[in-house]
Amino acid sequence: MNFTLHIWRQENARAKGHFETYPIDGISPDCSFLEMLDILNEHLINDRIAHPVCFDNDCREGICGMCGLYINGRPHGNDDGVTTCQLHMRKFRDGDEIWIEPWRAKPFPVIRDLIVDRSAFDKIIQAGGYISTTTGGVPDANMIPIPKHAADMAMDAASCIGCGACVAACKNASAMLFVGAKVSHLALLPQGRVEAADRVRKMVCKMDELGFGNCTNTYACEAECPKLIKRQNISRLNRQWIGALFGRDRRE
Amino acid sequence: MMIYPAIHYTMGGLWVDYELQTTIPGLFAAGEANFSDHGANRLGASALMQGLVDGYFVLPYTMQNYLADQIYVGKISADTREFDEAEKAVRSRINRLLGSQTSRLRFVADGTSANQSVDHFHKQLGKIMWEYCGMARNTESLTKAKQLVTELEDEFWENVYIPGTANEMNPELEKACRLEDYFELARLIIDDAMHREESCGGHFRTEHQTEDSETLRDDEHFMYVAAWEYHGHGQPETMEKEPLVYEHIQIANRNYK
Repeated sequence: MNFTLHIWRQENARAKGHFETYPIDGISPDCSFLEMLDILNEHLINDRIAHPVCFDNDCREGICGMCGLYINGRPHGNDDGVTTCQLHMRKFRDGDEIWIEPWRAKPFPVIRDLIVDRSAFDKIIQAGGYISTTTGGVPDANMIPIPKHAADMAMDAASCIGCGACVAACKNASAMLFVGAKVSHLALLPQGRVEAADRVRKMVCKMDELGFGNCTNTYACEAECPKLIKRQNISRLNRQWIGALFGRDRRE
Repeated sequence: MMIYPAIHYTMGGLWVDYELQTTIPGLFAAGEANFSDHGANRLGASALMQGLVDGYFVLPYTMQNYLADQIYVGKISADTREFDEAEKAVRSRINRLLGSQTSRLRFVADGTSANQSVDHFHKQLGKIMWEYCGMARNTESLTKAKQLVTELEDEFWENVYIPGTANEMNPELEKACRLEDYFELARLIIDDAMHREESCGGHFRTEHQTEDSETLRDDEHFMYVAAWEYHGHGQPETMEKEPLVYEHIQIANRNYK
């Protein structure tokens, strides 16, 4: 397959970025999007055309959350429920023009080309996205009954890989789907409930402080999330936040 | 459908004590990076479990023993001989990787570029390990692997082409630094495979098999973990034996038939 790639090139956070066009041919339809970029880079290096295109990646099996490209105007490209690394070239048509950009959001500054600094997410987690209580040894099975629907919802929320597609998709660069998923995953289970009120306060404050926008209920985040995290997590985040403001569930 | 076994994992890892601390005080290795939980074989997803177990149930209770003493340690100054030496070593290594710019340009001008990308060498190294130090290995293949890895490493230093400079984000340089380590690791894996004159787990020496082509262990001589001590770049590692002592289980052969 042949493609014309328009790739965002930017030397560092302060430099002015621009699109650069690279034709590429002989790509197998079974090639993943990142493999296609590997092939491009090999070509750019071997033929001394340009500095290779920098892009983030790690596990390449959709579980680490490192890769994330804005492809033809959509985070993780034109396929549902997959990350960039699991997007295959067969999802495109031969001869397509493909526009590749980094995540665009103020809290995610560009480091180089397609790599952005997503440490803002780590800071939100550090603000409270954990359980600090010692829960002791492993209890016997079924000692603490957990309703099936709560376990399922917690599991669904826990599948968030923190890739940042929700922020990139949002016109307000809001991180509420991410924070909602993290808050829900912990608050739905007994171990996490103890600190739920404190946690939501700290994480939301940190999120605001870092410059993420607010949710205006467009749900582009839900539509683009590679892990299909549901917007109900945002509702739960809001409920927990309001509850925390009025001291509900606050056990200290 | 044809099915065949393939390597997807290398057993072993950094030596750690019961608190998951490496031989460098304060440096802990958790999950797949350490050697502790899996033995000569490893089943799917156990690396993930090891990461979770180490992260959730071990480190929170062992790291604090180290941290408890650190509260009295002030900020460590970078004005020390050790720091200078380490910095110098890293800089010279990077300069060496980025070096020979001039010879590189000459090659290009001739139109007969011998220079190759880091990925090119990485793939070659993988191919050598796959072919000669793979699922089934023997003295002959391992000797060949050792020779090929050494040759490839020489060629790497001679002909690797790394675009860009050291003072910018440079993934190619990062890959080159990693690949340099992989050469070292590859040689160690070969040495260890050569040393273990038996078949066990994921290590199948074709010299040591039963008539049914099953693995043939040699518990009399090899009931230990081989821990290789690093003595600096290019120096041969020395081996420490950690005996395997089983108190509650009977040692037996596994047979899939």
